[in-house]
Amino acid sequence: MGRQVSAEPHYTLYHPRWYRRPVSVWWWLQNRAYTGFVLRELTSVFVAFFALVYLWQLRALVHGPDAYGQFLARMRSPLFLTLNTVAFLFVLVHSITWFNLTPKAMVLRLSGKRVPDWVILGLHYAAWLVLSAAVVFVLLRR
Amino acid sequence: MPSTVALAVARYRPERESEPTLQTYEIPFRKDWVVLDALNHVKDELDGSLSFRWSCRMGVCGSCGMKVNGTPKLTCATFLSDYLPGPIRVEPLDYFPVVRDLVVDLTDFVRKLQQVKPWIIRKEEKPLSEGEYLQTPDQLDAYKQFSMCINCLLCYSACPIYGLEPGFIGPAAIALAQRYNMDSRDQGAAERLKIVSEHDGIWQCTFVGECTKVCPKHVDPAGAIQQYKLTGATEWVKSLLLPWGAR
Amino acid sequence: MRRITPLLWLLFSAGGTVAALLYPVHLFLTGLAFPLGLIERPRYEFLQRLLTHPVTRLYLFVLISLPLFHWAHRFRYTLYDGLQLKHLTELIAVLCYGAALLGTAMTAYLLWNIP
Repeated sequence: MGRQVSAEPHYTLYHPRWYRRPVSVWWWLQNRAYTGFVLRELTSVFVAFFALVYLWQLRALVHGPDAYGQFLARMRSPLFLTLNTVAFLFVLVHSITWFNLTPKAMVLRLSGKRVPDWVILGLHYAAWLVLSAAVVFVLLRR
Repeated sequence: MPSTVALAVARYRPERESEPTLQTYEIPFRKDWVVLDALNHVKDELDGSLSFRWSCRMGVCGSCGMKVNGTPKLTCATFLSDYLPGPIRVEPLDYFPVVRDLVVDLTDFVRKLQQVKPWIIRKEEKPLSEGEYLQTPDQLDAYKQFSMCINCLLCYSACPIYGLEPGFIGPAAIALAQRYNMDSRDQGAAERLKIVSEHDGIWQCTFVGECTKVCPKHVDPAGAIQQYKLTGATEWVKSLLLPWGAR
Repeated sequence: MRRITPLLWLLFSAGGTVAALLYPVHLFLTGLAFPLGLIERPRYEFLQRLLTHPVTRLYLFVLISLPLFHWAHRFRYTLYDGLQLKHLTELIAVLCYGAALLGTAMTAYLLWNIP
């Protein structure tokens, strides 16, 4: 549709007189919003940490009661109690920020109208509660 | 209420300096003044050499975007009284090359906007004899939010990915692509998807969300991009399951 | 399969949702409630019985592997953007997704070989 209008300004790309501020490697510390963003992203590290803990537990279960006993003892150690508490807090941050972001990506239209964000959010929190209760119920049957 | 307030303005005169500096002006404080009024006062009364862009002074043209105390804002919509006691720092938008003082070069954005084909694409134009395209209020609602973009580029200045990856297409361009994708008259969604699925398109976005926070017209470009990712992923799955399907 | 980015994003999203919905309760139980004795621990024999169900195995596979892919995708971009490691982009991608694949493979192996 028409010709390219100054679409490739090669001569201006490296214009010596224009000032380009370099982006520092510490860009993410320069304002609260960026730092908050990086912290949110780093919650994924604690998610991976717990995935590995669960993998470890699975391996211990498969290798017999002694191995499983060792795993349980490790979970009781101060090191892991601390790690698990910190991980739990970060995983909570992951859940809350994840639920807050989902309505932005998941836009449902029912009979032409957009389903409001709070409904999507509410459904996620409801699912969270129901699934958590189900897990507790199953594991409490001992 | 003070009678004056300090305005610290970024100056960059390429003919005599290699880096921007801050120059402070003492301007009268009026409670109904916006930063643009202050800048115009400087230019008219104190220092005619100050360069900056502005036009409608009412938040619809998108010309006066600048950083006020570090946050991208429309200077015609930013009241001095919200920044007391000052000093109020005014700087050009981030991540665009500074031409002079508060003026930045926007060619990169214009090029990227053209790339996403921001117009109604039809396989065949409807002849005039068939009359106009009809659109229900719900169909309008599907894209209206994204059509409010005034190309002020505050979102680009807020997006760290655009700062780190100059090739990134950016929030406004993607939101405008969505504006046309969601328009019931448009038939170009597949064409646009191919363009924005490239390396520097939607997949570079990590949903920082700052673009939506600074947008003065509530376009929600971050939402547009995430929805686009979901569409892109769904189309990809469909292309796997039905490779012979004509899309 | 011209691009795998959509697949990686889908794995990231699925993993993020699994982690968001299920990890708080599992982490609370396994990491805090059971070790501290706040809630009575399930017995070894009960867990063994649970593991024989194919549904349990599928559940555990999803529970462990999807969030690993979530981490891989997210961490890769955080390193790349956060520390501006453009020159290492391929290495970072291989290490992250590779680690997730390794974890997934180990999980699958363990779950497949339960008697």
